[in-house]
Amino acid sequence: MCTTCGCGGEARLEHQPHSHAHPDQGPARPGRRRISLEQSLLAKNDALAALNRQAFLARGILALNLVSSPGSGKTTLLEQTILRLRGRVPVVVIEGDQQTSQDADRIRAAGAPAIQINTGKGCHLDAHMVGHAFESLAPAEGTVLMIENVGNLVCPAAFDLGEAHKVVILSVTEGEDKPLKYPDMFAAADLMLLNKVDLLPHVRFDMERCLGYARRVNPAMEVLRVSAQSGEGLEGWIHWIEAHRPSLQKA
Amino acid sequence: MHELSLMEGLVQGIQEEALHQKFTRVHHVRLEVGRLAGVEVEALRFAFGPATEGTLMEGAHLEILERPGQGVCQACGQEVEVETRFDLCPVCGEGFVAITSGTELRVKDLDVD
Repeated sequence: MCTTCGCGGEARLEHQPHSHAHPDQGPARPGRRRISLEQSLLAKNDALAALNRQAFLARGILALNLVSSPGSGKTTLLEQTILRLRGRVPVVVIEGDQQTSQDADRIRAAGAPAIQINTGKGCHLDAHMVGHAFESLAPAEGTVLMIENVGNLVCPAAFDLGEAHKVVILSVTEGEDKPLKYPDMFAAADLMLLNKVDLLPHVRFDMERCLGYARRVNPAMEVLRVSAQSGEGLEGWIHWIEAHRPSLQKA
Repeated sequence: MHELSLMEGLVQGIQEEALHQKFTRVHHVRLEVGRLAGVEVEALRFAFGPATEGTLMEGAHLEILERPGQGVCQACGQEVEVETRFDLCPVCGEGFVAITSGTELRVKDLDVD
């Protein structure tokens, strides 16, 4: 029995939704009444996310929730990040995809422990899945935990995983209006990585307009321009990661 | 379509509540959903059936109270109603609007026995 979430099972990374069915509800009693709840639909997820956050902080772990549409270059960016941090900062990765373990294989090949969560039909990771994946990975103190969410700019916005920051990745091949089309995601992120800037000469992408849209949705969001392919701007991203690692003394 | 997992979360929360508050049947559920909550009301309605099937909520009536998006204009200071997170102030037409409400996503109350 899982002691944190009470799900009654071992880490179930091939996630099945829990039914927690109540087989016998008993006979209905007379006397209808109204119960006031005022409870968020996300209450359960948020409670588990809070436990994850505590566990991360206690071990001085920086957890980043990487969100983007499919094909933004998240996995390539992660590979390059791992290579650049190698020998200095331990990195582990939780990979979320509906199917296949190809991304986790790529991350392991780059030199970081990785665990794949297949969400099946699910369109996002939740705090419960991440909590169990974290237990299985059992990362060392001071590790950077990268959580690569399912490629989707809608659903992952609502689900807190316990991360320190959401990082949204937008590639310049996608068009500059993404922040307005998916405002919830851009509003939830602390950092936007504008990826594939090496392709700027070849695509129609109005950088100033994109930054203007991003500011309109989230004035506080930081922006870094990078190319995982050419390496441009990656030093700034690596510096950002190092600057945001929690100190162990605080824990 | 994260509306289905939201509805599964709703059912889980209410099942736990049923143990504490000792009810065995839910007849009516009222949700408050803000316009800026990032969910489709129709998708929530659609997901309610499959999510509640075989539970104490099966067959319950789902009522959704939609709440408007509201905020304060950063330029003119007016309290205004907005449709999206990035509407410019409808009063002065210039300022960004800092959102103050409209992200509600919660169960207000239940009729049970």
